[in-house]
Amino acid sequence: MTSAEKLLSRKAGDAVRAGDIAVVPVDGAFATDTTAPMAIKAFEAMGGERVWDPARMSLVLDHATPAPNERIASLHVMIRDFARRNGAHFYDVGDGICHQLMMENGHVAPGDLFVGADSHTPTLGAVGAFAIGVGSTDLAAVMLRGRIWLKVPRTVRIELSGALRRGTYAKDVILHLVGRLGIAGASYESVEFGGSTVAGMTLASRMVLANMVAEMGAKTAFVDPEGLELPGALAGRDLPRWDEIRADDGAEYRIVHHVDVGDLGPQVAAPHLPSNLKDVRELRGVKVDMGFIGSCTNSRLEDLHVAASILRGRRLAPGVRLVVTAASRRIFNQALADGTVEVLSNAGATFITSGCGPCVGTHQGVPGDGETVISSTNRNFRGRMGNPNADTYLGSPAVVAAAAVAGELVDPGEFLPGPEGQA
Amino acid sequence: MSALPVVTGRAHLLGDDVDTDRIIAGKYTKTLDVSSLAEHLLEDYDPALAARIRPGDVLVAGENFGLGSSREQAPVAIKAAGVSCVLARSFARIFYRNAINIGLSVVEVPKHSVSDGDTVTVDVNQGLVLNDTRSERYSATRMPPVMGQILAAGGLVPYLRAGGDYSVEDDQ
Repeated sequence: MTSAEKLLSRKAGDAVRAGDIAVVPVDGAFATDTTAPMAIKAFEAMGGERVWDPARMSLVLDHATPAPNERIASLHVMIRDFARRNGAHFYDVGDGICHQLMMENGHVAPGDLFVGADSHTPTLGAVGAFAIGVGSTDLAAVMLRGRIWLKVPRTVRIELSGALRRGTYAKDVILHLVGRLGIAGASYESVEFGGSTVAGMTLASRMVLANMVAEMGAKTAFVDPEGLELPGALAGRDLPRWDEIRADDGAEYRIVHHVDVGDLGPQVAAPHLPSNLKDVRELRGVKVDMGFIGSCTNSRLEDLHVAASILRGRRLAPGVRLVVTAASRRIFNQALADGTVEVLSNAGATFITSGCGPCVGTHQGVPGDGETVISSTNRNFRGRMGNPNADTYLGSPAVVAAAAVAGELVDPGEFLPGPEGQA
Repeated sequence: MSALPVVTGRAHLLGDDVDTDRIIAGKYTKTLDVSSLAEHLLEDYDPALAARIRPGDVLVAGENFGLGSSREQAPVAIKAAGVSCVLARSFARIFYRNAINIGLSVVEVPKHSVSDGDTVTVDVNQGLVLNDTRSERYSATRMPPVMGQILAAGGLVPYLRAGGDYSVEDDQ
């Protein structure tokens, strides 16, 4: 069986295979300030009074925080009240991005069936959960019943081998895969990552891989747990053995892709699709007006460290602004304590609230007409960052930091400290 | 299971990979006012389109309609604009599920040659689409029975109020 078939069979209490439909209990769920208001309304319309299990339910304010206007502020009031009345976990303005908070606070564990009212919920597959994104009404039904119906997905297997070259990261691998498989290349499917490269990856890097399966249309992601460092919040928790959740030898895949990551240079998705793949060297000379290092894809401590290694002792190019956010308050505090925030601020970067920020085009860094953005986020659809007359390129935090210093897209290797091979 | 009404409407043709950001931009999603969503429907795809949509019209899209965000505001905006049905060669999964959950008819028709302005008749129950303008018929992909039941009930809210829980026996 694939990881998806094994996890769903455990939950269904019966062997299920790709194509089967199952009703399964949910181990954890959340909604955000984009999805919670409609979910609460639907929950009440279904006759819901109390959330099925408040200890398994989280509400997160992260998409428009602090509230940019009175309308959104009032929706935040509604969500705070709902969380308080139900005794659910609640994360307020500045606590961080939903997926990061679920991970670092131990709301999701290996083997869990997790449902998030946000399309990047497959990020949680980095810790060996079966995690899917849904809309508000499905989430309402989960809050009511603690169960969801699902079709067991087919699986695409990605085998990663080799060592990442200097200036390349998990982001370059996933951008390459989105480009290679296509924007609908894994529609309705599970994407399973494994291989020697994955076994050596940090949890943060695994989250980058799992995060952007959404950009191939996938339902969920699963990263082989070999070598996984579990979040500290899961210490002492009774967890399944890895062989209970990872795929069996001989599992049936729709297709298996092999990638030697050592073949990849820094990758960039050009406007206006995440699958519009280029090597950054093909785009050399594209002028940028704004950089953004943030989002559920790339704003963890290792991302901020990479940016700092490029920006240390440098200044942003004239006329370029760089907006930075940490994925959570905890990460911000770590970056503050180890001097990373100071390095970035001295270079001219602007820190904003831990949350989704300009990725969703609501506030905190909307580009102007005719402007070009280089962003460490996951989507560059027209208008995504709030202005249909701007262009967004997607790359790693290193590509963003280097572009912010150079004023144009460049190979970040030119700015990384140390000789080739020692970064 | 109760039958869905057969709808006839004028087609608005859309391309491939129309994402939920272009269906309804993030800056407009944080609201419970559905009429404000309808006003901005597909604004970053074609700013003039929302004003051309009349009640009962049908959106006819290419591949992978509704990719991207999980925002249910996307199908809600389409429904609030009076669109009776969305027909596409294929749908992104969260959009497809969301549309059914709010009672917006969606029909996957892998092969069609509908042009902008054609009059089409959609029978979701039979999985049939008639192009009245061109006298053509196209067949739709069958949706899982549980989805058909949710759609026929008018969405997941009335489905759960009526039945209390999911019924997937027909899907086994």
